[in-house]
Amino acid sequence: MGEEVKLFRSWSSPFALRIVWALEIKGIEYEAVFEDLSNKSPLLLQYNPVHKKVPILVHNGRPIAESFVILEYIDETWKQVPLLPEDPYERAMARFWAKFCDDKVLTSIWSAFIKQGKEQEEALVAAAENLKFLEKEMKGKKFFGGERIGYVDIVLGWLANLVSIFEEIVGLKIVDEGKFPLLYSWMQDFAEAPIIRDNCPPRDKMIVKFQALLDAAIASSSSSSK
Amino acid sequence: MADEIILLDLWASMLGMRVRVALAEKGLKYEYREQDLRNKSPLLLEMNPVHKKIPVLIHNGKPICESLIIVQYIDEVWYNKSPLLPSDPYQRAQARFWADYTDKLYELGKQLWLAKGEEQETAKKGFMECLKLLEGELGDKPYFGGENFGFLDVALVSFSCWFFAYESFGNFSVEAECPKLVAWSKRCMEKESVSSSLEDPLKIHGFVIMMRKELGVE
Repeated sequence: MGEEVKLFRSWSSPFALRIVWALEIKGIEYEAVFEDLSNKSPLLLQYNPVHKKVPILVHNGRPIAESFVILEYIDETWKQVPLLPEDPYERAMARFWAKFCDDKVLTSIWSAFIKQGKEQEEALVAAAENLKFLEKEMKGKKFFGGERIGYVDIVLGWLANLVSIFEEIVGLKIVDEGKFPLLYSWMQDFAEAPIIRDNCPPRDKMIVKFQALLDAAIASSSSSSK
Repeated sequence: MADEIILLDLWASMLGMRVRVALAEKGLKYEYREQDLRNKSPLLLEMNPVHKKIPVLIHNGKPICESLIIVQYIDEVWYNKSPLLPSDPYQRAQARFWADYTDKLYELGKQLWLAKGEEQETAKKGFMECLKLLEGELGDKPYFGGENFGFLDVALVSFSCWFFAYESFGNFSVEAECPKLVAWSKRCMEKESVSSSLEDPLKIHGFVIMMRKELGVE
């Protein structure tokens, strides 16, 4: 009796990477299906007709989409190495911080990277305010999950490898070690964890990709007349 | 030892109503505290320092924020009465996926009564697309949860008391495009937990008129 687990992903999607990490941490065997997001496969469109995005987990032929939903499904289906805490209040807190990471932290840091001028300045201010909340939440723990990597760490994990790439490309400090010492050391600890380190897209390829995205954004903003 | 439950909320908020429905489904007694969002209370700022928004559930002194997170918390703590999420992980994943999807209605709905012209038309299209997809997901089931009222029903039903306001300002009819969804909302209103938690659509309409005046929308 075989379990068939497939993960539809792209080589660089940080959302799909969350699922890679979760599957690897739990030691679940899976087949990675790499999508070219500029040319989506019929299977992707069939499995995620609503959003047409990656990641999609297909377990024994049944698709699940949206990274938070997939993470909870994985945690409920494969009980080893739990990602979410057992206590309902702690679970609610983990869900709260995960949502905060995507709704606020990710959006403000992305804006700080992709925008220019005043919009960029405002995004940097917003990002710093959001990071302050995370810094406080670390409360001297090694990971948000405590002694080991958990749900919130996985959701925020993109910060550990993407932020330095953004900082290098735009020449700006987004996560300053002096201002956010706990977060900064979390970024090092997370990036160095074996499963994370062994499952990250190649840095040079990422730099090329995000430089190209930034160049396109600058070109389109300067070609629109104000 | 009795549980102390306090809900910080705004009477017209469909997000707050989700929590009221969940609390009622579980037969829980709680203290409702109406919030003035133009003059936020120290308690609200203390309990939700990150977003400073409602709803906030305070259970034995500890705050939980974000409506769907609160509903899941309620479902997990008081698990032996009227379970909202199914027990099967795949069914749970489907319920969570679609419940998250219903959150889109919040921003789109706002544009229906705040925006004008092309912006409003775009929002209307988006809003109806969402409702149609949700109606497809309902199919011929009595509730999104199947035979029983469940998590996705809780996530969506409070928007139904806002339909009249959306229709008036957006100039369209939900029933014309999504009759099954309207029938479903009427079925839900037959439940005490829903009818006692949702607000009168006329009052919501009045609330929107007031908000538009305040925000200078003519």
